[in-house]
Amino acid sequence: MGFLDIRNVTKSYGQVEVLHRVDIAVEEGEFLVLVGPSGCGKSTLLNMIAGLEAITGGEIAIKNRVVNGVHPSKRNIAMVFQSYALYPNMTVGQNMTFGLEMHGVPKPERDKALASVAKLLQIDHLLDRKPGQLSGGQRQRVAMGRALVRNPDVFLFDEPLSNLDAKLRVDMRTEIKKLHHNLKTTIVYVTHDQIEAMTLSTRIAVMNKGFVQQLGTPKEIYDTPANVFVATFMGSPAMNIIPATVVMEGGQPHAAVTDAEGQVQHLRFSQPGLVAWAGKPILLGIRPEAITDPEGADRKSGNIVALKNRVTVTEPAGADTFVTMTLSGKDAIARMRADANVAAGQSFDFAVNMEKAVAFDPATEDRITA
Amino acid sequence: MAPTEADFRTKLQDWLPKLVLAPSFAVTLLFVYGFILFTVVLSFTGSKMLPKYDWVGFENYQKLFALPAWNTAIINIAIFATLYIVICTLIGLMLAIFLDQKIRGEGVLRPIYLYPMALSFIVTGTAWKWFLDPGIGLEKIMHLWGWESFSFTWIKDGEMALYTIVIAAVWQTSGFVMAMFLAGLRGIDNEILKAAQIDGASNWQLYRRIVIPLLRPAFLSAFVILSHLAIKSYDLVIALTGGGPGRATEMPATFMYSYTFTRNQMGIGASSAVIMLMTIAAIMVPYLYAELKEKKV
Amino acid sequence: MSAVTQDTAVSTGRATRAFLYLILILFALFYLLPLYVMGVNSLKPLPEITGGNMMALPSTWTLDPWRSAWSTAQIGVEPTGLKPYFLNSILMVVPAVAISTIVGALNGYVLTKWRFRYDTWVFGLMLFSCFIPFQIVLIPMAVVLGKLGLAGSVPGLILVHVVYGIGFTTLYFRNYYASFPTELIRAAQIDGAGFFRIFWRILLPVSGPIAVVSVIWQFTNIWNDFLFGVSFGGTSQPMTVALNNLVQSSTGVKEYNVHFAGAILAALPTLFVYIVAGRYFVRGLMAGSVKG
Repeated sequence: MGFLDIRNVTKSYGQVEVLHRVDIAVEEGEFLVLVGPSGCGKSTLLNMIAGLEAITGGEIAIKNRVVNGVHPSKRNIAMVFQSYALYPNMTVGQNMTFGLEMHGVPKPERDKALASVAKLLQIDHLLDRKPGQLSGGQRQRVAMGRALVRNPDVFLFDEPLSNLDAKLRVDMRTEIKKLHHNLKTTIVYVTHDQIEAMTLSTRIAVMNKGFVQQLGTPKEIYDTPANVFVATFMGSPAMNIIPATVVMEGGQPHAAVTDAEGQVQHLRFSQPGLVAWAGKPILLGIRPEAITDPEGADRKSGNIVALKNRVTVTEPAGADTFVTMTLSGKDAIARMRADANVAAGQSFDFAVNMEKAVAFDPATEDRITA
Repeated sequence: MAPTEADFRTKLQDWLPKLVLAPSFAVTLLFVYGFILFTVVLSFTGSKMLPKYDWVGFENYQKLFALPAWNTAIINIAIFATLYIVICTLIGLMLAIFLDQKIRGEGVLRPIYLYPMALSFIVTGTAWKWFLDPGIGLEKIMHLWGWESFSFTWIKDGEMALYTIVIAAVWQTSGFVMAMFLAGLRGIDNEILKAAQIDGASNWQLYRRIVIPLLRPAFLSAFVILSHLAIKSYDLVIALTGGGPGRATEMPATFMYSYTFTRNQMGIGASSAVIMLMTIAAIMVPYLYAELKEKKV
Repeated sequence: MSAVTQDTAVSTGRATRAFLYLILILFALFYLLPLYVMGVNSLKPLPEITGGNMMALPSTWTLDPWRSAWSTAQIGVEPTGLKPYFLNSILMVVPAVAISTIVGALNGYVLTKWRFRYDTWVFGLMLFSCFIPFQIVLIPMAVVLGKLGLAGSVPGLILVHVVYGIGFTTLYFRNYYASFPTELIRAAQIDGAGFFRIFWRILLPVSGPIAVVSVIWQFTNIWNDFLFGVSFGGTSQPMTVALNNLVQSSTGVKEYNVHFAGAILAALPTLFVYIVAGRYFVRGLMAGSVKG
């Protein structure tokens, strides 16, 4: 039993099922991020937790109380919207205490709650302004303040940072993380930005086409993605997915890939269990940072494999240089130190950290667990 | 479904919106669609002064189209509507294009063009009735100003009286059409105009080839609104000519009223109203359907 | 209509511009002409009209035609002037405008923020009612008003104008609320506000502009209505019907100056509204044609 239980929840519009049997138990104090491309069902799920959309099947419980059909205001939740949804005709202070007023909290208590939250968010000097007079970042704070003042069981965030410019977004991200760290609140947070998901969450639910593709900690999601979708959605640049065949060499499974010259090269797997796939085609998944120059390779890894290949393009990006090559007919990206000595058109000795490599079944696109 | 805590208030909240809308919808169903049905039924009965429910089939419609007065009304509305729509559109478009040339004093001119829309057709009719009266109005003014041979007796002339209604109606609504076109013109992306000029289009070509085609939605709206106003036109005819001289300016709207309420031929009056409704519906329904469909997400 | 004057890319020569101004001013004179004729001649003694030039300014200025039109002119059979009819119109317009605007606001709120299946159809049916030729409802309305005992009374006219006005008021508020962010409604729901509280506290405070549009439109339309007034007015006829009776009366001398004064009296309220709030009037007109 979790603090917030989503049990076999489905959502249909008429005949069309848009969300299929979602089952997540959120613990108290957890920061769960729902991430996925637009139309994956993440916002629908959040709206169902909030009570803004009806639940077609299954049930949602908060603190062991089933809330299906319960009015949003009686679920003891608070929500921060993408557009902030601040009431334009009310001052910041009125905006933040409107919910308390609706719940019949007396004025002195409202003012006390307002004062403490305003101080926490450093917006005490804005309380008499109208939302129209605030900057984007300030509105964002007010929207969070409105949620905090209610002291709810669960906080719901619907893409709260997507209307901010890039710099402010990073600042506010840190701010939200700090807030969660200090207040230990339970948060469900929807975003399409995988970096937000990685940095903020204690657990991530990656969603696509109405299914939860994988539920796990950021590290689990990143290192052992459940399938090709999760592997390519999380991480930037995306994980390289290279067609390969499993071959046996010295009793160990290797991935056989073709380089730019058409030469077959063998990369030794760290998972002996792949023996079962000997002779069969797989999809080899390698993160860009697992392909480096030999000096830049992870010293702690027990399985660095050499790969000689021609460089197609180099893209210096300040701290890193991204190097593109062709592997098994596909573009593969390597992430190098900025001072790595590579040039387009030349052959280069890459070092592949095969401890970090994963293999997918080409038929189901699921990760092969071995 | 598991047992839930959905309480009475929450359920009431779900129903409230529909409850609030229901009276309006019921009133519309009854007073608009119910009444339409009622009138349609009446048009198939032999009702005279009061509604009766003896079924006479299409007799009223046959009588209606045999009546010279109705045929006059049909011909008049056809002439009136055509002239009214065409002239209003031309004047409205011209004024809008002219006003769109960074005219100084646009803020003064625009309200002057538009104010007639705020007046009652009865007021408009009164003003034009006496201004066009040969005995005291325009003709006499010209004579006093020394143009002795000037003659303008349209309003007393059975052949021409209809055109005085066109004048007054155009006076009243052409400013509104101007406003519709002006809004359309202001909505056109300026960069398109600049691109056309760089392509070497003259002002004339610019308007004929680029701007006017882009105003298509405004043309459509103007047509729909004007045709609907034309068919409904009743007040203006009553105030300006009273349908005369004789029957010369009879229109379907005046015909319906006089047959129903003064000549006690309710069945025929109802059938003429049905014909009017069908004409307007043929124009409005596709228009409204398209407008609403676009909005559906 | 947008008040912003946009830069048109078109450039015009001097002669062309002179021509433009000439045409524009001539049309302005055309539109002003009837107003001038009514104004000038309502301030003249009758012989100056019948014996003189309608375009000339009065040589003897007089307010008598105005007094006569207001309080003594023969309307139908009674020499009451237009005063009682003016009051009828006021008594009819104020409640009819208020009710239809409030109902329209609630309808618009439901149709945009509490959408349900087939809501577009419901709205479509209501909208079409704005455009029917009212001849189609005259006979049944007369029957129903008679049955309700409202025939020939001000309450009867109020009912008629409310019924056939809510289509337009609903249209205005619906289009206006459609652009109001739905997330705000959701936020208020989570905050615990119910249906009416959201309307009252969140939507209504920002509805000022569209309420003005709706009020002005309804006011102008109802004040200027003639067909319903003449059909169902009975002894409580509105101003437009009285004016028509005054002008069309076939007995006695035609007092043109009184007719003009009466016409201006009938036009004054709507003209006043137009001068004070023309911008909103135009917006209402446009919303009735180019919806958006």
